[in-house]
Amino acid sequence: MMRNPRCGGLSRLKREYGQRAVCWWPFLSAVLAVVPELLLPDSPDHPPVNRPYFFYLLTAAAAYFFAAALAAHAHAGFRARLEGKAYFYGASLLFLNILNVVTDKLAALPPIFFPSPDRILSVLAQDWRYLLADCLGSSAVLLFSGFFSGALCGIVTGIAVGFSKKAAYWVNPLIRILGPIPPTAWIPIVLVAFPTTFWGGVFLIALSVWFPTTVMTSSGILNVQNAYFEVSSTLGAGRWFQIFRVGIPASMPFIFIGLFTGTCSSFITLMTAEMVGVKNGIGWYINWQREMLSYANVYAGLIIIAVSFYSLITLLFKLRDHLLVWQKGVIKW
Amino acid sequence: MVGGTPQRDASPAARTSSASPAGPAAEAPGALRVDRVSKSFRRHDGTEIPALSDISLDVEAGAFISVIGPSGCGKSTLLRLIAGLEQADAGELRLDGRLITAPHAERGLVFQNPLLFPWLNLHANVAFGLKARKIYRENKAEVEHFLHLVGLADFDRAYPHQLSGGMAQRAALARALINRPRLLLLDEPLGALDAFTRMNMQDEILRIRQDRNITMIMVTHDVDEALYLSDRVVVMTPGPAKIETVASVNLARPRARGGEDFLRLRSAVLKILNFGGQIKEPAYQI
Ligand SMILES: Nc1ncnc2c1ncn2[C@@H]1O[C@H](COP(=O)(O)OP(=O)(O)OP(=O)(O)O)[C@@H](O)[C@H]1O
Ligand SMILES: [Mg+2]
Repeated sequence: MMRNPRCGGLSRLKREYGQRAVCWWPFLSAVLAVVPELLLPDSPDHPPVNRPYFFYLLTAAAAYFFAAALAAHAHAGFRARLEGKAYFYGASLLFLNILNVVTDKLAALPPIFFPSPDRILSVLAQDWRYLLADCLGSSAVLLFSGFFSGALCGIVTGIAVGFSKKAAYWVNPLIRILGPIPPTAWIPIVLVAFPTTFWGGVFLIALSVWFPTTVMTSSGILNVQNAYFEVSSTLGAGRWFQIFRVGIPASMPFIFIGLFTGTCSSFITLMTAEMVGVKNGIGWYINWQREMLSYANVYAGLIIIAVSFYSLITLLFKLRDHLLVWQKGVIKW
Repeated sequence: MVGGTPQRDASPAARTSSASPAGPAAEAPGALRVDRVSKSFRRHDGTEIPALSDISLDVEAGAFISVIGPSGCGKSTLLRLIAGLEQADAGELRLDGRLITAPHAERGLVFQNPLLFPWLNLHANVAFGLKARKIYRENKAEVEHFLHLVGLADFDRAYPHQLSGGMAQRAALARALINRPRLLLLDEPLGALDAFTRMNMQDEILRIRQDRNITMIMVTHDVDEALYLSDRVVVMTPGPAKIETVASVNLARPRARGGEDFLRLRSAVLKILNFGGQIKEPAYQI
C-alpha cells in the first residue's frame, strides 16, 4: 500500500514544527513572568527596592532565550543542545515567576523569611564586591588550603598503605578508627589545639578530604590487576617505576572518586567551621545575617555558595575527563 | 628437508639441544637451560598441588620451541618460571649460564591476553620498556620502528580500548620486542585471534625472529601452529607436568601448511597427544 505523500509530509512538518516550538518555551516562560511583574502592584509588606532588579533579570533572560531560539532555528547542533534543556529552563523561569507572585505580589509567605526576588537580587547587586572579595575570598583560601593539603596527604597515605605491608599494618587501624568520625566532631578539640581558628579550619577540611582520598587510593591500588605489575616487571620496571607508572595511573579512577567524596565533605566542613569558629567567610556571613534576620542576604549568600560549589565540582569533572580519556568505554561511573 | 617423524625420548629429561652450552656462557646469547625444575602450588586448605615435576629442557640460542599440552598441565607455570615471575621449588633455570631469579627485560613475556596498559596510548605502551630502563630518550625512534613492524604505525595515538583484539595482541608483541629480549616467551599469544589474523601473525613472528635471531618459546593449543612455527615441539603430560615427548620438526622453511610432510608430522603429534600418555580429552581437533 502506498503512503499518501502529502500526509507523510504534513506529519513530518508537524513533528519538526513541534520540535522547534520546544526551543521557544524558555522565552515564552520569561515573557509570562514579566506579565505579573509589570501588571500586579507590589505588596506593601515587602520593603521596596531602589531598582526593578527582577524585571532586569527577566528581560535579560527573555532576550537571551529569544536569541537562543533563533539560533536553534538556524543551526542544528545548537538546536539539539537547547532542545535537551528547554523544558528545564522554562520550568525554572516559571518557578521564579510563581515565587515572585507568592512573595512580592501577594505576600502569601512571611516576608521576613521569604523576601522577594527583587530584594535578594538587590543584595547581590549592591553587596557583590563585599560578598565576593571578602566572604568568598576568605572561604576560598580556607577551602583550598585544606583541600590541597588533605588531598595530598590522602594520596600519599593511600599509596603507602596500598604498596607497603608495614604502612598498612600501622596506618589501617588509624584510618578505621579516625575515618568514620565526622570532622566537625573535632571542633571542640581543634578550637583549643590550634593557635588560630583559620588553622583549625584548615585542619578540619584537610581531615575531611584526607579520609575518603586515602581509602579510595589504597583500595584503588589494591584493585590493580597484578598482571599489570607482572608485565611491567618483565619489561624491566623497578619498584618505584611500578608505583608511579603502573600503580598510580591504574588507580586514578578510584583516586578521583575519593577526591569527589572529599570535595563534598570539605564543603560541609567549611560551612560548619565558618559558622562555629572562623570569623569570616561566606558561611559566617550567612550565619551572621540569619542572626540579624536579614533573610535576603542569607539567600544571596546561598546563591553564591551554590554557584561557586557547582563551578568547583564541574571543574573537577572536567579535570577527570581530561586525565581519564583512556577510560572511555572501560569503566563508567 | 624432509619431515621427520617425532622421536620419543625415553628419558623425561629430554636434552634436545644439539649445541647444548657446556660452560656458563654460550657464544650466541639466548640459550636457556631448565634443569630438573619442580614447582607446586599451595592451596587454601594447605594441600600442595604439583604443577611441574622434574622438568629439564635445553634450548639453544635462536631456536623456536613450541610447548603443547592439555589445559591446566603447567605450561604457563613453566613460562612464568622462566620469566622469573615464580620461583622454582627445586632445580634451576639459567639463561646464558646466569641463574634466573627475578623478572628481567632480557626475557620478554607476551601473555595470552594482551594486557596493554589502558591508561597509555599505543605509543606510550610500546615505549614503556624503554622508559622503565631509562633509555627512552636516545631510542625514541625505536618506538615508531616497532609499531611499524607490527603494522600499527597509524595507531600510535590510539588507546587500547580503541583497538581490535588482534591489533592489541600485535601491540603487546611490539612492547615486548622493543626491549630486544634475548628470549621471548609467548603464552598462547594468538589464542584469541581469528584464523586469518592468526596466520598473518604467525608469519610476522617468524619474520621478526629471523630478523633478530631471538630465542622463542611459545605455548599453544594448536598443533598446526606449533608445526608451522617451531624447530621442536615439546609435548607435556597433564599435572604434574612432565615432558612427554620432544618432536623435532625438520621441515624446510618457509613451510607449507598443507604439505605432505606437514600433515604426516601433524598426525604423528596428534597421535602422541591422544594416545601417548594419560591424556583422555580429545581436545586437539583442529
Ligand atoms: N598461583 C597459583 N596458585 C595455585 N595454583 C596454581 C597457580 N597457578 C597455577 N596453578 C595451578 O597449576 C596448574 C598449572 O597451571 P598453568 O596455568 O600452568 O596451566 P596451563 O598448562 O597453562 O593451562 P592452560 O593451557 O589452560 O593455560 C593448574 O592446576 C593450576 O591450578
Ligand atoms: Mg596457560
